Amino acid sequence: MPFIPHTEDDVSDMLATLGISSVESLFDEIPEDIARADLSGVRSGLSEMAMTRELAERAQRDVAGPCFIGAGCYDHYIPAAVWDLASRGEFLTAYTPYQAEASQGTLQLLYEFQTMMASLTQMDVANASVYDGGSALGEAILMAVRSHRRSKSQKVVVAGAVNPRYLQAASTLVRSQGIELEPAPQSNGVLDPVAFEDESEVVAVVVQQPNFFGNLEPVDEIADWAKKRNARLIASVNPMTLAVLKPPGDWDEDGADIVCGDGQPFGIPMASGGPSFGFLCTKMAYVRQLPGRIVGGTVDSEGKPGYTLTLQAREQHIRRARATSNICTNQGLLVTAATIYMSLMGPQGLRNTAVQCHQNTHELVARLSRIDGVEPTFNSPYFHECALDVGQSAQAMVKQLAAEHGVVAGPALNAVDPELDHSLLVCATEQRTDADMERFVQALRDVKGSS
Amino acid sequence: MSETIFDKSRSNRHAGAQVPVLDETTDIPKSYLRSSDLKLPEVSELQVVRHFTNLSQRNFSIDSNFYPLGSCTMKYNPRGAHRIASHPGFLQRHPLAPEDVSQGMLECLFELQDVLSRVTGMPGVSLTPMAGAQGELAGVLMIRAYHEDRGDLERDEILVPTAAHGTNPATATMSGCKVKEIQVRKDGDVDLDDLRQVVGPKTAGIMLTNPSTCAVFERSIVEIADVVHEAGGLLYYDGANLNAILGKVRPGDMGFDVLHLNLHKTFATPHGGGGPGSGPVGVNEKLQPYLPTPIVGKRDGKFVWIDTDEMPKSIGHMSAFMGNTGILVRALAYALMLGREGMIRVAEHATLNANYLAARLAAEGFQLAYPDRRATHEFLVTLRDEAKSMGTSAMDFAKRLLDFGMHAPTTYFPLLVPECFLIEPTETESKEQLDAFVDAMVAIRDEAKSDPQKLKDAPHSQVVRRLDEVRAARQLDLTWSSSAS
Repeated sequence: MPFIPHTEDDVSDMLATLGISSVESLFDEIPEDIARADLSGVRSGLSEMAMTRELAERAQRDVAGPCFIGAGCYDHYIPAAVWDLASRGEFLTAYTPYQAEASQGTLQLLYEFQTMMASLTQMDVANASVYDGGSALGEAILMAVRSHRRSKSQKVVVAGAVNPRYLQAASTLVRSQGIELEPAPQSNGVLDPVAFEDESEVVAVVVQQPNFFGNLEPVDEIADWAKKRNARLIASVNPMTLAVLKPPGDWDEDGADIVCGDGQPFGIPMASGGPSFGFLCTKMAYVRQLPGRIVGGTVDSEGKPGYTLTLQAREQHIRRARATSNICTNQGLLVTAATIYMSLMGPQGLRNTAVQCHQNTHELVARLSRIDGVEPTFNSPYFHECALDVGQSAQAMVKQLAAEHGVVAGPALNAVDPELDHSLLVCATEQRTDADMERFVQALRDVKGSS
Repeated sequence: MSETIFDKSRSNRHAGAQVPVLDETTDIPKSYLRSSDLKLPEVSELQVVRHFTNLSQRNFSIDSNFYPLGSCTMKYNPRGAHRIASHPGFLQRHPLAPEDVSQGMLECLFELQDVLSRVTGMPGVSLTPMAGAQGELAGVLMIRAYHEDRGDLERDEILVPTAAHGTNPATATMSGCKVKEIQVRKDGDVDLDDLRQVVGPKTAGIMLTNPSTCAVFERSIVEIADVVHEAGGLLYYDGANLNAILGKVRPGDMGFDVLHLNLHKTFATPHGGGGPGSGPVGVNEKLQPYLPTPIVGKRDGKFVWIDTDEMPKSIGHMSAFMGNTGILVRALAYALMLGREGMIRVAEHATLNANYLAARLAAEGFQLAYPDRRATHEFLVTLRDEAKSMGTSAMDFAKRLLDFGMHAPTTYFPLLVPECFLIEPTETESKEQLDAFVDAMVAIRDEAKSDPQKLKDAPHSQVVRRLDEVRAARQLDLTWSSSAS
């Protein structure tokens, strides 16, 4: 029997120990009239070989040409050592380190991860991860509201272009607590400075850097504005870009209060968008409002240093209805991969990768802009990702590029703003070669020529 | 404690093969650039490989140890499922890739929706929630949306048994509801009289696990469903314990309206040191319009995304993209290998193992919390007598088990059973392994009589002795710094 070790003799011995003649008797407390699960519509079992053949055929069907989509998920190179190590059974098949003494590997790794994320964002502390960038933004907003009980406002201002998918996910999490997300006006693909004149009471301000279009928001001014309004400042960031861009802890004088984002760029395959992990970092003053697992250093009964889960009094298994969040699991396996990735890259490797991505995108934008009727949508400084106006319906073009040329591009921006229906986002990571870019240019030329 | 990766760092050392070499110039205005040091380790590739290999060896895991952690279903995670999910075609698909170049993945998700619908008896399934707790939240938000949609605006109370998982009340609060606790009777079933007292026009719904967190099958489930439905409330099924009844009885037939599954439990996806989980939700017809999006449909032979534009009553997105898709592929691979026969075998052998282990421990004089009930896929032992007569706590037993190479069961949960172990052996453990666990428990109790200090000082064989958790919480040390070591 697949995955079950029992021989017929084992089963008979065990039934004899129980003094029953059939396994069926063990289910006799289930009321008879409901014990009628009909699984006839479920297929019969397959061998590993047959299952692999069938699913590999499906996987193969989705193999396309070079990927130029970013928008929160990036096609970075993943060094071989990352998943060779992360897939070790001792990492892969352990659970939450409830028994700290028998989980020092995972715990030390998480402590190292927290240290790396805190340095990257220039915050004091990081948690051991939440689910993804979208839910991390939701948790950050709830945390901001919790940490700011004196504020009578339930209004959270979205300053500039934040990933709409993050906003959708965050909104599902926070809506039922009466919190409203209110967009501030934009111009030229970033926050409109006119917004700075608004001094009404808000509980928090959310900004994404680089923003959803790849544009660089005036983060120092936004930080100053948030401070004047006595609002918590939440930064949503692509962690890869922090090797080059000013980290949220250094924005203006006081920095951001909470930093969140998605760790996918750090050694995690795109894999249709998940699993990756969300991260949350904050100032020490708010550590007790931070949801999720947190690892701390301590000593054992002989004074020897070690690690354990800490501040558990915030969590659902202790505080139940009064917990900081219902979150229970984190995304440990992906954090394992990211910690190995950051260790392999080091400060220089991470910086070079981020710069290479930016240079590739810059080069791609320059080449595509040489095509008649194609130009950058905005003229703000951007990093690593850029909105491009293609002079016709971008939605139809994205479909055609994929179906006819195997070039995976987009997303079209009409869903974000109907006025941007001629625009799409482009992103070329460090993996995109000169030939990949030429293929995109040629494909776009063809599609434009044929329409 | 071993050295941290930061202790191994030396300026200008790096894992050369990983670092692109390039012209450093950028066109970014200086005010946007980083000036702070980036304190990532500077180490060689071998140092990285050795460091994390050594760290991995400081973990207990299913692959290396018996791991009978109650309510967590630590069963074998088939390598075949892991390998197929790591197929480059799956890994390299961007979440926003157009449907034309995504038919393979969409077909996998469509098929998994169908399998989960059939095993739960729920016609509607959404795969997006990324863990059990997120599935719970999706479920309660759907319950709220249903009542609001009908103009029934006063229902803001969620009923939860006192023995429930902590995530249940935390979820209810997160969704803006108030929590009302329901008492559990001495035999482990919900107290129907108490339920009748508490239920009313403010009841939005009740959250239940069945088999319950007391590790017994809730026998009055049909009556509970009637009472709650008659009061206008809905029933939420927490799927943490589905492994016990897979293919035997379906939550849909018990009267539940909405549920979540823990694919990382019942469908054997790896726990990864604390995640990723995956918590798909299933609903009956009443709640189908409110399912979180996106879900996968089939039109004219083609698989398509169905999003909020087509489901305006949906509670919305739970994640940026499509939840933990890679975990969904692993769950599908496992379901395909089990097939319908295999699913029934899972429930039968998980239940057989738990009942056998319970009977053997009882025969050795350990006290079961519910001796007159059948065990389900797990059972509760109370070490109250041992604590009284020998002065050794359940935690002391737990730590000493580590020295026998076995992960401890879940301790001190549920809260209403004193000094308890919640023991879940799962179907993938052999009879020999179960017998070895009994031997270990007997040996530890013998030690508790002759040398209780040995238990209190446990573990003896791990890289650290018992850790000071109070100090960890009082003197916060959450990041490494060069002066700290």
